[in-house]
Amino acid sequence: MKTRFAIVIGASSGIGRELVRQLASEGTKVAAVARRTELLDALKVENPDRILTYSHDVTDFESAEKLFMQMTHDLGGLDLFIYNSGIMPVVEPNEYSFEKDQATVDVNVTGAVRWCNLAAERFLNTKSGTIIGLGSVAGDRGRSGSPVYNSSKAFLHTYMEALRNRLATSGVNVVTIKPGPVDTEMTQHLSMSKMSATKAAEIILSKRGKNGEFYLSPLHRAIFYVIKRVPSPIFRKLKI
Amino acid sequence: MRLAQEMVKEVKLGVDRLEPVDGFGQSNRTAGFVFRPTCVQEIRDIFALAQEEGRAVTLRGAGRSYGDANTGAEAIVIDIQRMNRILSWDCESGVIDCEAGVTIEDLWRYCLEDGYWPPVVTGTMYPTLGGALGVNVHGKNNYCKGTLGEHVLEMDVLFADGTLTTVGPGDELFYQVISTAGQLGVIVRVKLQMHHVHSGNLSVYAESARSWNEQIALFERFEHDADYMVSWVDCFGRGVESGRGLFHAAWYLERDDHQSLIASNQDLPSLILGFFPKSLVWKVLKLFCHRVGMRLINWAKYRSGCLLGNRKHHVQSLVAFSFLLDYVPDWRKAYAPGGFIQYQSFVPKEHAAQVFDAQVRLQQEYGLESYLGVLKRHRPDKFLFSHAVDGYSLALDFKVTEKNRDKLWEMAHRMNDLVLGAGGKFYFAKDSTLRPEDAEKYLGESLSTFRLLKQKYDPDGLLSSDLAKRLKLHR
Repeated sequence: MKTRFAIVIGASSGIGRELVRQLASEGTKVAAVARRTELLDALKVENPDRILTYSHDVTDFESAEKLFMQMTHDLGGLDLFIYNSGIMPVVEPNEYSFEKDQATVDVNVTGAVRWCNLAAERFLNTKSGTIIGLGSVAGDRGRSGSPVYNSSKAFLHTYMEALRNRLATSGVNVVTIKPGPVDTEMTQHLSMSKMSATKAAEIILSKRGKNGEFYLSPLHRAIFYVIKRVPSPIFRKLKI
Repeated sequence: MRLAQEMVKEVKLGVDRLEPVDGFGQSNRTAGFVFRPTCVQEIRDIFALAQEEGRAVTLRGAGRSYGDANTGAEAIVIDIQRMNRILSWDCESGVIDCEAGVTIEDLWRYCLEDGYWPPVVTGTMYPTLGGALGVNVHGKNNYCKGTLGEHVLEMDVLFADGTLTTVGPGDELFYQVISTAGQLGVIVRVKLQMHHVHSGNLSVYAESARSWNEQIALFERFEHDADYMVSWVDCFGRGVESGRGLFHAAWYLERDDHQSLIASNQDLPSLILGFFPKSLVWKVLKLFCHRVGMRLINWAKYRSGCLLGNRKHHVQSLVAFSFLLDYVPDWRKAYAPGGFIQYQSFVPKEHAAQVFDAQVRLQQEYGLESYLGVLKRHRPDKFLFSHAVDGYSLALDFKVTEKNRDKLWEMAHRMNDLVLGAGGKFYFAKDSTLRPEDAEKYLGESLSTFRLLKQKYDPDGLLSSDLAKRLKLHR
């Protein structure tokens, strides 16, 4: 089924912005949600008939429901919901900053639950729709570099799996995406080969209507198949 | 009448009210906040809620309109099916007074044993009276009995400001509320004159027609005499066989036959050919639900019509003859997942054969032949958004897929142009493809009158629908 109406949370840059662009270019009416109004305004200009923008901080949990109702009303329906918001603060090897960790949990975990629950309840009642949550390969193991970021993505994977199992009989698809390094603001400090956000968005949108967990490339899937099975005593000695 | 105070519960808008709300063709999938009131006061409360929330209200009966007349994406949808009480029945005069959620099925089941049948019935028995009057439905007897609205003695209408008004055939407003698809007010009570019958059976005559000209000639031959006329058209017929099909005329039987008036004796059988469960038929139909399969089915139906029972009379129950759409349960599933649209156009008699022939040729040119064609005879009426003309209508079913959608709509627009060029009309109960300029053209002055009425009775545009938005009826 063609996607007529979509919401993208975390839409001002990177993969989110590309998702909005690509959805709008295929004819979908998209609600783009992010904190940074000026970036949203620039995005809207690209396709004003099809892109609606809403300035919102996903840690403002109180206002989420009202905004969700407003957006579905403005759009005229909802077929696809994408939770793309996420932060990955730089954490030094021996740093245990509660502020950074709490901010990560607020955006990556609590924000995801707040918004995906709203989409899940709606789709349960309307008996159709797709929820896509952006996790990360980082969630596949507890790596020493970013304990809370890794854990937040692991939470998201399990939470999305649970939603998938809850909604399986209701005609609702729940997709978990596990991107590896993608060339976005979030990964600017990482020096490694990265997939373009445009390519990542294309792959993510190709998973609409499916159910399950997906990596962005077969190579990632193969690598993380192995990494997940490396015994802990060996894993902790590896610098990954 | 139940007291409003006893009935009313608080109405709130929440995600728990969300439901899928589709047209009967299931090609237009939406979601709406559905409320099923049981009394007038509850509707008033829902109006107040809608105003408070800044949402439109869409009126819906049993959801039997094929397109988007009964859907309102993200709107508050008032489904009147629970307002289904029969308030009084006079078995001497045949006058029934009921709430608007009463269905055609409720009517015949209640009245038939006293020798009364609904004066006008649709091809399915499930529409509510409110929904049916909203689009002013017709049946296979439109050429002699007119539309359902012509048999209403009075009705109560609730307007957007909460005013409840009784109107009848002596009031202009009566002809304006009926036919305008729930855009002026909610029909909440209907007093209807039922039609007296002696028997629950009909005498049915069948004759195959080889072309459009033969079809029209058959209608002309029987129109002064028959109580019902309808013809099936094979849209795969080409060249000289364009318009081929099977004509049926039917007459009420004059002989008293109490057994046939017992409702349970009218029930459709659960088995086909005595052994195959009807509930499974849609699965078989789905196997044939493509161009090649439907060409085969249409060919087989036409050929069997030529061979079996051709030019002969047979007796058939009122229910079996009238409600063909109910014969195969869940038949719409055969069109899943994209659903289907029904395209019905009404063309003055002098141009009908030519326009319908051109429509069928267009379908063949596009490779999008209708899987079912139904030809009927009509007469004009004085309702504001009347769809009928002194002529004929051809109803066509088109399967909708993601792939064919744009092409199908393009073809429909070309068919619309043919109809408009011949002075024809369209029917909100069926429509999915009209453009605002098409509606402007065929409705003409009626649309201007409607807009003035809308300003008067619903100035804030509380009542709306996806069809009203698509056709820019409110402007």
